Amino acid sequence: MTVFRVKRIVRLGIKSLWMHRLRSTLTTLGIVFGVASVIAMLAIGEGASRDAQERIAQLGSRNIIVKTVAPPEDQSAPGHQRILNEYGLTYDDAERFQNSIPGIQVIVPNRRLSQQAFYRNRRVPVEVIGTVPWYPSISPVRPRFGRFLTVTDMRYKQSVCVVEEGLVRDLFGVDDPLGQDVKIAGDYYRVVGIATTQNRAASEDKDLSPARKTGGANLGGIYIPLTTVKNHFGEVATQTGPATGSTMQRIELQEIIVQVRSIDRVLRTRQSVQALLALSHKKNDYEIIVPLELMRRARDVQRIFTLVLGSIAAISLLVGGIGIMNIMMATVSERTREIGIRRALGARKRDIVIQFLSETLLLTLFGGIVGIVVGSAIPFGVSYFGNMRTLITPGSLVLAFGISSAVGLVFGLYPAYRAANMDPIESLRHE
Amino acid sequence: MMRSTQTSNSAMDAAILVMKDLCKTYHLGSVELRVLKDINLAIHCGEYVAIMGPSGSGKSTLLNMIGCLDRPTAGDYLLGGRSVASLEDDQLSLIRGARIGFVFQSYNLISQLNVVENIAIPMYYQGFSEQASVQRARGLATLVGLGERLNHRPTELSGGQQQRVAIARAIANDPLIILADEPTGNLDSASGTEILAILDRLHEEGKTLIVVTHDEHVATKAKRIIRLFDGRIDRDEFNER
Repeated sequence: MTVFRVKRIVRLGIKSLWMHRLRSTLTTLGIVFGVASVIAMLAIGEGASRDAQERIAQLGSRNIIVKTVAPPEDQSAPGHQRILNEYGLTYDDAERFQNSIPGIQVIVPNRRLSQQAFYRNRRVPVEVIGTVPWYPSISPVRPRFGRFLTVTDMRYKQSVCVVEEGLVRDLFGVDDPLGQDVKIAGDYYRVVGIATTQNRAASEDKDLSPARKTGGANLGGIYIPLTTVKNHFGEVATQTGPATGSTMQRIELQEIIVQVRSIDRVLRTRQSVQALLALSHKKNDYEIIVPLELMRRARDVQRIFTLVLGSIAAISLLVGGIGIMNIMMATVSERTREIGIRRALGARKRDIVIQFLSETLLLTLFGGIVGIVVGSAIPFGVSYFGNMRTLITPGSLVLAFGISSAVGLVFGLYPAYRAANMDPIESLRHE
Repeated sequence: MMRSTQTSNSAMDAAILVMKDLCKTYHLGSVELRVLKDINLAIHCGEYVAIMGPSGSGKSTLLNMIGCLDRPTAGDYLLGGRSVASLEDDQLSLIRGARIGFVFQSYNLISQLNVVENIAIPMYYQGFSEQASVQRARGLATLVGLGERLNHRPTELSGGQQQRVAIARAIANDPLIILADEPTGNLDSASGTEILAILDRLHEEGKTLIVVTHDEHVATKAKRIIRLFDGRIDRDEFNER
């Protein structure tokens, strides 16, 4: 029985709206664009957010990255020639972390050097990364062919290397790199493995990944055991710049990556790391990067971004809603006589409210559905032409639909109320 | 023959419609407009009553009062033995829908609905199922001679046909009273005669009819004529043809 009623109300509503097709369509457009913009904006925002978060997640959410940076006074003191600058992270730092901070799972000390790699007649600029065998456990780098470095390589300071996949074509051409020897700074290293980065998103845009900045954005990496690097390259590097002249730098480690057991320890451990470093480093020659914090910050920024976009979209929905209200007011006064007739024939105020409210709801729900279709199509266009990542979440569809029905309810209520409270006698006399 | 305006209590019990010292006053700013003054009236089941009177005599207000579209300022109004003078709006709607059938001068059909749907409106508001009300609406349409035009819109019908639809709609819920306000006012004489014939037939079937009219010719069809003047019942007499 109630189903019959609903069916009849809906049918009656459609009939009335159908009588003014053009008007109904134009009215609905406001909602269509409102809903479409909500969905499109949320999709674009969500896509950008997901992108940023994935990139940061590549750094490892349980990681704390401590990096060597040149202390500020060194950079601003030109004119000194051939001075030995000693700064940066040391093996002692790594050991101190290991010994005095609880809850640390892995510590990865890294050396990073810009070098040229030679193979036959080819020469390719590379970033040499002196690292430890457990480097893959804190990064998305995985051996794809062959193997990664081993403890034995470490202990015996073997001249072996693992080449990043991106380098293979430039350096080896069509040769199979495994088992080949690569010359770097006068020494030969045997290629034992080819490494790949697990997720594409991060490897495509290295500029957003702070851990990679030191080596230059476009350089491929060659992993060599840390001990071997220490042996072959030493710790002193000569830098020749036009302004500074020739400077000697002694840096033991470029970075130390600390991984903690669980995510809730990250911030506490960061404080411990900072405290320890503050004790042993007089110069401000390090920075601490916490991907988790970056992620949170990115999320906060994203939230504001989404809020702003959402508000703009919501305003357009509001405008659409006001448009609908306007039209419904016109409809109500146009149909005053019909209201009077229905009241005389036994309609209660409630029946009139339901009748007009259902018309408004039909308009907005229809607008909502069309808006969802249009709004879902826009992100595809943006992804295709704008080369941006977009993501339509089911939540945004539900939200948009909910908002459009809420708009219908809110902006339909007043005209319906006006209709119901008309004096039946007056309405019947209305021309 | 003059009929006493004071009706005995026993007569009131049998009456379908009783008005006791009913007054209606409108306030237009500071001016008080007494439209109906001490109306005492009893109408019995199966009566055919015409209400006549010059413009401004309170005809329309009395009609609205009988039709439960308006509430009296003072006095009592019993419809079918039940006082309706102080009922809530929803209850008035219910009474209008179930106990009163309206026939208007300008037909007042709803233009986006067809004949059957128009007839079914009062049944819809009384909660009949769609199937039942459509079936009954078809029967009623046939009864008033519109069996061939069930799916026509009001705009596709002549005035006489539209008024027949309105009559079918008025009797849809089998009301106590059929209230007709100048039912032939907008019609040519042929169509008017048809409509009066239908009303006559309804009266013969035992329906209670109250017709408001200017037209003496229409009034002569009625068995009792109530004449209003200046908000009071001036004369209330049986019509002897």
